[in-house]
Order: sequence, then structure tokens, then C-alpha cells
Amino acid sequence: MKPVKTSLTPVDAPAIRSRPVYAPLKPRPGAQHLIVADGEGAEAVVAMLDKANDRSGLLAAAHVMYCPGPNGTDLTAALQTLGPAQFFRAPTIPALLPRLQRVVSTVHMGTQFYLAGTEGLIGQAEREIMATGFPFAAIQKEHRGSTLRRVQCVHCKGITENVATDPFRCSHCGLMLFVRDHYSRRIAAFQGVNIDAEDPGLVPDPVVRFT
Amino acid sequence: MSLDFRPGAFADFFRNETFRDDFTYRNSNILRFPFPFDRDDYMYSVNMEPHVPGRKGTAFEHILDVDEHYVAEMLDRAKVLADDPLRCQSLPHMTLAGWDLLELIMEAKARDYPQWFGLTKDGNRWHWVNRPLGIEQSFTFLDESTLPYPPFEYIMRQTQGDWTLQDERDGTLWMDAGIATSQADWSVDFDVGMNFMEWHAPVPLAHEKGVFDRALKFLLKLQHGAPVRRFNWTMTVNPLLDTAPETYPKWGPMKATITPENLGARQHLRVELQSLYRLPRSNAIAFDIRCYLSSFDQIVTVPKWARRLHRVVRDLPPELATYKGFIRNRDAMVEWLAKHDDGQPTSPGWFADD
Repeated sequence: MKPVKTSLTPVDAPAIRSRPVYAPLKPRPGAQHLIVADGEGAEAVVAMLDKANDRSGLLAAAHVMYCPGPNGTDLTAALQTLGPAQFFRAPTIPALLPRLQRVVSTVHMGTQFYLAGTEGLIGQAEREIMATGFPFAAIQKEHRGSTLRRVQCVHCKGITENVATDPFRCSHCGLMLFVRDHYSRRIAAFQGVNIDAEDPGLVPDPVVRFT
Repeated sequence: MSLDFRPGAFADFFRNETFRDDFTYRNSNILRFPFPFDRDDYMYSVNMEPHVPGRKGTAFEHILDVDEHYVAEMLDRAKVLADDPLRCQSLPHMTLAGWDLLELIMEAKARDYPQWFGLTKDGNRWHWVNRPLGIEQSFTFLDESTLPYPPFEYIMRQTQGDWTLQDERDGTLWMDAGIATSQADWSVDFDVGMNFMEWHAPVPLAHEKGVFDRALKFLLKLQHGAPVRRFNWTMTVNPLLDTAPETYPKWGPMKATITPENLGARQHLRVELQSLYRLPRSNAIAFDIRCYLSSFDQIVTVPKWARRLHRVVRDLPPELATYKGFIRNRDAMVEWLAKHDDGQPTSPGWFADD
């Protein structure tokens, strides 16, 4: 008998209870506005600003950090032309994080956090903010664009970015992993588990689940 | 101080046995096994009861059961931690809860098993003796620099069962420390830092039944000095304590070795006797997940348990058998167990002779 360990549920399947809750960004009053986005997340930021009563006031106290999405979507111009007090474009998420760490290290209470874009961007930015002691409930998150997943191999602990298929090959140890619908905020990743552990070599054909 | 084990000092009681390789683990007396089914069917429920000392000669006799497997389990734990230190983690704010737990365990063991454990206190100057493991330690309570490990890890290396420490804030519980070397396929490294609903996310059916909402409400009211317990269970091929997701590629293939001939010896019922304690200084909750293993061969020597195990495994919803990881061997188990079920009625309750 074949193990039925994997259920290849579509991305929009019933909620994953360990996955963060995402909702449209809303403008909130604050002394400072820290906005971090990637890819299509820029559109969520633009939509949020359209709802602001004091748009120019918000922008005058805004620090925007942006990088293109893993699918190549680059809306840098749309954000830059908004005219925030500070704007930074990074080529990738790893290149964005050091600046974010520096900024949140001296951020004041009363700062508003807006994260928008892929789950990889949101998760990693949220982790940096939470490390400073801000409660995660104070951080707004809106998922837009790519559903590619960031997955930690439970066996070797290496993280594979931009996982599209299930199963996929771990980019560190080479095991074939299925993507479990279990998310760790601390690691900012889903969990990957070896799919042919019980029957080595019996690997189903990869299916594209995340795009 | 050293943690050099000297197993053999109490060889008349503690078994020299293994949970890996040649798997020499067995129970000398099956009647002290905590059989988890009090009726002939099973579904998730909160099923909490006060954790109070129970019947003599069973796993319930003392709050912290120290049994014949103690020394062998601690040796196995030391090997697991040497292979993978990520199995024991404590976030920085959980140190005080670690001290609370150390105190709880040392006091209980010294009180209930004075032949093996001793604790003397002179203010915050404590002296701990663990004779089965050959440990003597003088230290200052609440002073981390006086122990060879942080307090949580120190006492966990001398305590059976996987444990987690839950911090309480924002109306929920956060698993901010934990050790797992005898776990049923969950990862401390992945789950540490999660809240109650997050770490239970993968469990099927129970969320929809409201089990976790009720359990959390119940636990938030848990009082110091009034611990509670419940059972959980699964199946394991061979008496393998450390069924970690980390090492699944190593032990997973064992699941494919079951045949009708070897099933009785290799297939084990894995029982978790879970107990929860509110801790006095930190207000954290300590959660003990104590694993007991018994081969099907040993279980069916008790007629009531033989009948009941057959009926439970036969009638379990397939989602649960899948989640618990034994769907591939379930038909073989039912076929094997059916031969030990004569169809007679069973009495309510866990105990073999009720």
C-alpha cells in the first residue's frame, strides 16, 4: 500500500492555522510609517495610500523599502513617484534585510508597520520587527503576487526559496520534500518533509502548486 | 560534577536496554503499562483529569513516574542531543520557567523516590543527588553559572518524557521552550515560538470539533498545585523512542518491514501520558509528554486490552490513522488483532482487571 502522507491541497484551500492572517492594508495614525514590500505588494501600498485621509502627512513620515518579486515584477517607479520621506530599492529580499534591521533597531513606539507582497518577504520582515519586541499584532500584512513558498527542510534545516512544485528537491541536502501546510513565524518558512522516506525512490511527479 | 552515566549501579531494577539498533527494550510487567483506551472506540476529546497519584504498581502511582526504563532512556536522550542539539531549545525569556521546572522535578523525585534521588536545601544553596545516573551537584538556585547546563536542559537530561514550557501572554500559550527526543513526529526546532493554535495546526478533525478552543480555555485557568493529565497515542514500528521528523529518512523505512509473522513483536502501541503543571514564579505552564511503548505481543496477554485495541484500530477514522502515520499498516494490524478478539464485551475504564 502507498502511504497517503501528502495531500496536495491547492494554495487557496482551507486556512492553514499556523499561517499568518493577511488582510488589506489600512492607513493608521502614527508618528512614523515603515513600509516594506516586494513585487505586486507595491500595488497594496498604493491602494492603502489612496484610502488615507492625510496622504501627504503619511508620506512625509514614511520610509519605504522595496524589492522586485521572485517572479520578476518590479514596480519600483510606482512607489518612488509617491514621494515618501525615504525610499530604498533592494535587488532581493536578502539585500533588503540588513537595512530593515538597522531601521527597526531604533524605531519608536507608535510606529506603524505595513508589509505587502510575497509570504517570504512578509515573514522575514515580520521576524526582524518582532525581534525588536514589537508585538506581531501591531504589524499589518497583505499578501499579494507570487505564492511561491519559502520552505525549510526539516531534515537538514536548509531553506529553499521560491518553491513552486510539490514535491521539490531540497536545494541543500537534495532530498525530495513535500510541502507541509505548517508555517513557522520564527523561521518564516513552511515545513518540507521527505516524501519517499518510507519507500526510497518512490517519488510522485512534481505538481506546480505555487506560482 | 559530571554527567558520566554509570548504568548498572541499580541493574536489579533499571533495565540495560536499547531503543535503537538491536531494540532490546521490553516491559517486565505489562500490567503497569498505561493503556490509553477507556472504551472500545476513540475520537479526539479534551479528556483532562486531575493529575493526582493513582493506583499502586501502575504508571500513575507517583506524579512523575520513574520506571525500569529510566537509565536507558536517559542514555538514549544523551545520544540524540549529541547528534542534534536543536532538539532542546529555550528562548531567552524562559530561563525562570526552567528553574521552576527544575524545582518541581527535583522535589517530586526526592519525595517519591528517596532511594534514588536526594535534595537538600540551605537557602538558595541546593545539593542534588541522582544515584541511578551517578550525579551529585551542588548549585545555587536561580544562578545559571552554577550548573553545567541551563536549568531546563540540565533537568531534562535527567527526566523521562519530552517537555515543553508555555509562556502565557495575549490570551494564549506560546511554546517558548522544549525538548523532544521521544516524540511522535513533531519538531521542536520548527514549532518553538508558536502559539497554541499554531503548533496544533496540522492535527486533523480536532479543530473543527472545537477541541483546541476548549482545551486552551481550560489550560489558561490551570492553577499552581493542581496539575492535570490526558492521554494521547499513536503507533510505532520497533520500540523506537526518537521518531523525529528530522531523522524520518532513517526510521521511515522500518514502517515497510511489517509482515503478518513479525507484527506482534515489532508493532508497538505508543502511549503519551501528558501532564500539565502551572509553574509558580514564571506563571508558565510545563507540559510533559511521557512516552510508553508496548509491543502488540505484550498487550494481547491482557484479554481486555486485546479486545479493545482491535476494536479501536478497526474503527478509527482514516484521517486519524493517516495523521498518526500508520495507515499503511492498519489493515495488517486489524487482521492480526482480530485473532485476539473473541467478541466478548469489555468493562469500562483503563485498568486490565476492572
